[in-house]
Amino acid sequence: MARISLDHIRHSYLANPSKDEDFALREVHHEWDDGGAYALLGPSGCGKTTLLNIISGLLHPSHGKILFDGRDVTNLATEERNIAQVFQFPVVYDTMTVYDNLAFPLRNRGVGEADVRARVNEVLEMIDLVGIADRKARGLTADLKQKISLGRGLVRADVNAILFDEPLTVIDPHMKWQLRSQLKLLHRQFGHTMVYVTHDQTEALTFADKVVVMYGGEIVQIGTPEELFERPSHTFVGYFIGSPGMNVLPVRLEGAVAHLGGQAIALPGAMEAGTDKRTELGIRPEYVRLGNTGMPVLVSKVEDIGRQKIVRAKLEGHDLAIVLSEDGVVPADPRVEFDPKGINIYADDWRIGTGG
Amino acid sequence: MDKTWNNKAWFMVLPMLVLVAFSAVVPLMTVVNYSIHDTFGNNQFFWAGTTWFEDVLSSSRFHDALLRNLAFSAIILIIEIPLGIFVALNMPRKGLGVPVCLVLMSLPLLIPWNVVGTIWQVFGRVDIGLLGHTMAAIGIDYNYVNDPFDAWVTIVVMDVWHWTSLVVLLCYAGLVSIPDAYYQAAKIDGASRLSVFRYIQLPKMNRVLLIAVLLRFMDSFMIYTEPFVVTGGGPGNATTFLSIDLVKTAIGQFDLGPAAAMSLIYFLIILLLSWVFYTVMTTYDAKG
Repeated sequence: MARISLDHIRHSYLANPSKDEDFALREVHHEWDDGGAYALLGPSGCGKTTLLNIISGLLHPSHGKILFDGRDVTNLATEERNIAQVFQFPVVYDTMTVYDNLAFPLRNRGVGEADVRARVNEVLEMIDLVGIADRKARGLTADLKQKISLGRGLVRADVNAILFDEPLTVIDPHMKWQLRSQLKLLHRQFGHTMVYVTHDQTEALTFADKVVVMYGGEIVQIGTPEELFERPSHTFVGYFIGSPGMNVLPVRLEGAVAHLGGQAIALPGAMEAGTDKRTELGIRPEYVRLGNTGMPVLVSKVEDIGRQKIVRAKLEGHDLAIVLSEDGVVPADPRVEFDPKGINIYADDWRIGTGG
Repeated sequence: MDKTWNNKAWFMVLPMLVLVAFSAVVPLMTVVNYSIHDTFGNNQFFWAGTTWFEDVLSSSRFHDALLRNLAFSAIILIIEIPLGIFVALNMPRKGLGVPVCLVLMSLPLLIPWNVVGTIWQVFGRVDIGLLGHTMAAIGIDYNYVNDPFDAWVTIVVMDVWHWTSLVVLLCYAGLVSIPDAYYQAAKIDGASRLSVFRYIQLPKMNRVLLIAVLLRFMDSFMIYTEPFVVTGGGPGNATTFLSIDLVKTAIGQFDLGPAAAMSLIYFLIILLLSWVFYTVMTTYDAKG
């Protein structure tokens, strides 16, 4: 268990990176607390896996340092960093039994056979593989193989951190939910530092205390699930988290008023974006109220998704999603109002303030 | 499922059947015919029953040739399989080295057998051959024409030179099919280089190794051209393998009956041994 510090990490897969676009990881400067459960969330190609492999030592960063509890490990090999990592697709040692697969990382480190047995049996119990402990790993289903991979990640009790690289991709939805809760439980029980890479927001929000959102090789926001929802610090976070994502509308700022086409929206306080910046107003569909007062909209579609309805509309020619309760109705002359506590103002995609 | 029966379909396979009949079935049956008859030419056949088979099976000449074949196959398998694996493990996985290595590796495989034989025949000659001459110059008594041991060494080295590439290419194909994640997981698990080979690379090469062993066994057991060109089966009978002996019997001595019986026995031995290899290796494979 360790505190992991990433000191101005940059990484490029090219030999001679010259411009920002050449970097898979532009600049990550961040500290992961000892015993924290983090989720790295972001779209494919945003640098999540790169960052993970840099922590585990499978990749050497082009620039910057990695420290475990203050000790520089940048030049240490993976084996010496004492890290566990679970990969997206199952990796099992085909010719070994399930038991031997789990024992492998322990035996390689010279753990005594009695301790190996105790520890492996404990993990087999945790991930519910006791019944097939003596089966050869070859020929098992992808589900079971991935469970074995997970087990190998969990089997060493003294690791500095456990890294998960989209580990539940191949697992069917029901088992996914089960395993995720189990991981969370294990985290509470043993207090390992855990980093969980995913592109699935539900997975990230349920697993982690802190969610790290990455976009274009950078960390755009780190926060609790609630913070990410209420106060996205980048329009990408607003768009990526939540279903449907945040409405982002181009506005012109004038003191405490935002102008959207011919409409004026009152803001809770005066805003100063600075000149030459693209200013936008972000509001989640949950904070848009559909009724008989406010700004007129053109409703184009209503999607019923069970517990609620999503109304797709046009406001001053811009797309707007509105969440309506299950029994809500669209009025004949539909108008919307924005709840002031749901309003966020962005300048060049970065949040500059406001809201409740 | 209802299948459509249309007897006209037979016409589609007929050309192939005729071809196979003339290229394989008829010649094979001719051999069977020879093996149970005695003939003095002019198409007169006398019933011989199993005489030829008994003769061949009890002749020490056949036994010796068979032992030579077994020894030769065993030696080249013991050398070529581990060597092939070793070379494949050390071949580059990316960059310019890959095509260069692959082309270099394929070169020996592209050379016709008798050319390989001729190359080595000249290469090993003490008077004009680079190898033979160099050996003589540094004081090593090497002469494949007179010394049975030297003859064997020459033929074995020639076969290793000619065919190890095949094992290398097959193993390399098996190795590059292993996803990177396996090597990464091995690093995370703290596996040694030996463990990586034992638990990741070897299991993934299993299938191609089976093919490599089978191909090399069958080919080496049927070896004919190269030793025929290099040593002609000599010195004495030191490198007279079954195939060479067979040709001597059939064409040299014109003993068609015994030669036919020998061919059939030879054929059955290869079939049997290949089956044994295959069964043993696939059973081992299934058990893991």
